[in-house]
Amino acid sequence: MKSRLDQRFQSFKEQKRGGLITFITAGDPDPDTSARLLARLPAAGADIIELGMPFSDPMADGPAIQESSLRALKAGMTLRKTLKMVEDFRRNDQDTPIILMGYFNPIMAFGVDAFIAEAARVGVDGLILVDLPPEEDREVREPAAAAGMALIRLATPTTDAGRLPRVLENAAGFIYYVSIAGITGTAQAKPEIIDEALAAIRAAMHKTGNLPLAVGFGIKTADDVRRFTQSADAAVVGSAIVQEIKAHLDEEGRAKATLLDAVTDFVHSLAMGTRPQADDRS
Amino acid sequence: MTQDRANRPNSFRTGPDDDGHFGRFGGRYVAETLMPLILDVEKAWAAARIDPSFLEEMDDLLRHYVGRPSPLYYAERLTEHLGGAKIYMKRDELNHTGAHKINHAIGQILLARRMGKTRIIAETGAGQHGVATATVAARFGLPCTVFMGAKDIERQKPNVFRMRLLGAEVRPCHSGSATLKDAMNEALRDWVAHVEDTFYVIGTVAGPHPYPEMVRTFQSVMGHEAREQILDREGRLPDSLVACIGGGSNAIGLFHAFLDDPDVAAYAVEAAGKGLETGEHAAAIAGGKPGVLHGNRTYLLQDDDGQITEAHSISAGLDYPGIGPEHAWLSESGRVSYVSATDQEALDAFQLCARLEGILPALEPSHALAHVIRMAPDLPKDHLIIMNMCGRGDKDIFTIADALGVEL
Repeated sequence: MKSRLDQRFQSFKEQKRGGLITFITAGDPDPDTSARLLARLPAAGADIIELGMPFSDPMADGPAIQESSLRALKAGMTLRKTLKMVEDFRRNDQDTPIILMGYFNPIMAFGVDAFIAEAARVGVDGLILVDLPPEEDREVREPAAAAGMALIRLATPTTDAGRLPRVLENAAGFIYYVSIAGITGTAQAKPEIIDEALAAIRAAMHKTGNLPLAVGFGIKTADDVRRFTQSADAAVVGSAIVQEIKAHLDEEGRAKATLLDAVTDFVHSLAMGTRPQADDRS
Repeated sequence: MTQDRANRPNSFRTGPDDDGHFGRFGGRYVAETLMPLILDVEKAWAAARIDPSFLEEMDDLLRHYVGRPSPLYYAERLTEHLGGAKIYMKRDELNHTGAHKINHAIGQILLARRMGKTRIIAETGAGQHGVATATVAARFGLPCTVFMGAKDIERQKPNVFRMRLLGAEVRPCHSGSATLKDAMNEALRDWVAHVEDTFYVIGTVAGPHPYPEMVRTFQSVMGHEAREQILDREGRLPDSLVACIGGGSNAIGLFHAFLDDPDVAAYAVEAAGKGLETGEHAAAIAGGKPGVLHGNRTYLLQDDDGQITEAHSISAGLDYPGIGPEHAWLSESGRVSYVSATDQEALDAFQLCARLEGILPALEPSHALAHVIRMAPDLPKDHLIIMNMCGRGDKDIFTIADALGVEL
């Protein structure tokens, strides 16, 4: 049986369009608002959802996602609650893939085997663990694969031709190309440079088997999404969505009544970048 | 245990393995962006460590710039006062910049130069490693940025000013608990964004491989000297070694040369803060559990959800929720005993040492002294202890005045 993730990437090909992957941190700004936002993301145009597992020390993230992580933790979010959030989401949505993204320590504290079993049970499709490079990821990758979940590998501008095969070997789900050497939510790389990097990865994949490519970091608008999905199968937007959440908090950090509509509207506007546009296809 | 594996000889001095693991600890838990760079550092270090010209340059600087070898001092009045074991102090507080941190700062900046890096970054807690790094960066004319928690900047003002005098930029970190762990997060974030030109000088035996092993090698000069010095003075090896431990650079630096001498006991003294039972401490072995942070797998202070919790110690240099991975391994293997001392015990030890020996120890080695004070009275007079006096207390006088209720 084809996985939810494979089916979704297949559908982009059939529809001749790029995919939109949206990131939010589970529990940001509070567990209830976050769960309601998650439920609304697919209708707003999110094709795949990356759900951040909050961590106290997100060393690869910029200020926007750091703050969202701390907001969630302050509101009492835990890994167990994040898994519960996925379970509730799955009751009404069996099609939208969910990728859990975060750092390894909370999973170690939960217990790797227990986490894999529970994540698979509630309907998680993949994992991105930022601080688990190929050299260290076996203890998660193998049980995840056995449970039908993909441990998604990252490639970056520093991943040179010599190292690329190491990243591609045993890769699953899709390859997440981190477009800048930096943290989330900072600068944006030149599109031509990204095109080149993605072409190099596709060429290298001839040996290891083809996987879809997603590109992330620095993507903020529908135009960005449109541009980057010319060479990638999907574009990831994270910090810009998280900033939109922050923009709709009151002085005490509580969600304003406008938050859900504002964030879903923003995601909807991003999704326009995955649809054919009359004026630029002429 | 993994050290029973056939490929690991019956030695505590051969770790880590090729991938940087000490048993189940250590490793390289970093973002992919950093991996190629970490592998570069590893390759450069492997070549440098056996290059006679690299070692010669380092030895020359250690002798003429740092002031090595540091003395091994017989603390006669402290010994008499406690009435038991014979106490020696390894006087690394007499080094240039006032602590042992300069040993690994010299080594790392020479490696940075060898790799052609033109910008230096470091994290610091108490400021000693920051000062040491700013010092060697000035000595070699390289721009230097030191990341420091906003809270630490407040409580270590003299060292912040020293770093600025040395030409370093001190960048405050406001995220999280605004202490050493957050400074390290920020330094790693900076490194990810400046991988081409920047070398990260890490201040302890933690971080991704090869840092724990590299910093240990640079710091082991203390143990090698102490071994020679005690053989010269006493004609035999010591019975016990005592060192304070935060990340563990001074402890491993003293212990490593003795790890395969089974009759030499080693005690690493964690900061028990206000008491282990209060939860306000920095004792990662006593109060933590295995996890992954800052590039390595080791014991960490954390809650049930795996969130890193704040450490507490009166000594900013021990105020870190983790411990070097080799120590995690040495603890599980039983080779080194991990004990602890509270803020109060360290303060008492500080005052006793000041009056009996005319030495103001830093608050960090005051924790080691506190354990010496506990153990020495019950030991025979021919029991030889070497404690690591790894830093001097001048930087701490404001904290100590505050704790003693004195207004300066």
